[in-house]
Amino acid sequence: MTIQVNGRPTDITEPITVQHLLQQLDLPRTDVAVAVDGAVVPRSSWQQTDVGPEAQVEVVTAMQGG
Amino acid sequence: MQTTDPLKVAGDELESRLLLGTGGVPSLGTLADCIRASGTSLVTVSMRRVRPDAPGSPLQTVRDAGVRVLPNTAGCFSARDAVLTAQLSREALGTSWVKLEVIADDQTLLPDVVETLAAAEQLVADGFDVFPYTTDDLGVARRLADLGCAAVMPLGSPIGSGLGISNPRAIAAICESVDVPVVLDAGIGTASDAALAMELGCDAVLAATAITRAEAPARMATAIAAAVEAGWLARAAGRIPRRESALASSPFEGLLGS
Repeated sequence: MTIQVNGRPTDITEPITVQHLLQQLDLPRTDVAVAVDGAVVPRSSWQQTDVGPEAQVEVVTAMQGG
Repeated sequence: MQTTDPLKVAGDELESRLLLGTGGVPSLGTLADCIRASGTSLVTVSMRRVRPDAPGSPLQTVRDAGVRVLPNTAGCFSARDAVLTAQLSREALGTSWVKLEVIADDQTLLPDVVETLAAAEQLVADGFDVFPYTTDDLGVARRLADLGCAAVMPLGSPIGSGLGISNPRAIAAICESVDVPVVLDAGIGTASDAALAMELGCDAVLAATAITRAEAPARMATAIAAAVEAGWLARAAGRIPRRESALASSPFEGLLGS
């Protein structure tokens, strides 16, 4: 299935949890936060939360600014 | 030199009354130099999508310096986006402090106060310590304080402009009438602007571009930190009233030929 990760179409094999998605895409897991379809998924729920088809996933961290 | 009282805000005490923004800093090494030279206790960062090829995070630099981090919602145009960004920053960085920025357009970067008020209300209800970037409008600043914001951060002039404080009387009026700390945000161009902000009654100053894009950033950080202290001291010392005419400082008594 195809989902959007940080605005980019990404093909993944379903079903997949947030935790596995970060691992599969080799994204950092410290100092980051994840939102799926506009709602924050707390770190404590990464292993239990499935990412559904056409999900919009945002993975953010701190950058320079302000 | 540390001559000011600590700034009490959101249940914490900040030793320095200069907040440092990290936008525009040319390298993490320069950021470390600026944090050290400014003596700051609080450094802002923005929240952005993870880029696997990113050259490095300012977070480690901030942590190594032992100062607090203040994530912002820069770049948001709606309350909805700002609230989500704040929630993500709390989750990623483990702090409930957030500098709320909701801008009206990407040319002026001026605050959208309607969206800012809406976001502030939601974030306060959600347990955040909210530091909102706002205009120099007294009514809006009061409403933000009444909503339970930890501080208010009126702009001196547009972000990155270095134009200083366009409307000093408006800033002074806010300082006189809100009971949360007032942090002058945006518009600082050089040290004298920061001193003026403090003399007007501000509790702190945030400087980013003025420091990070100066020819010698760390040197400017030192200068602006000194100006914040000088302005705070001058405010506490009580300046003389302005007069329309001269007032001789030397006695007329015993003048030659009298």
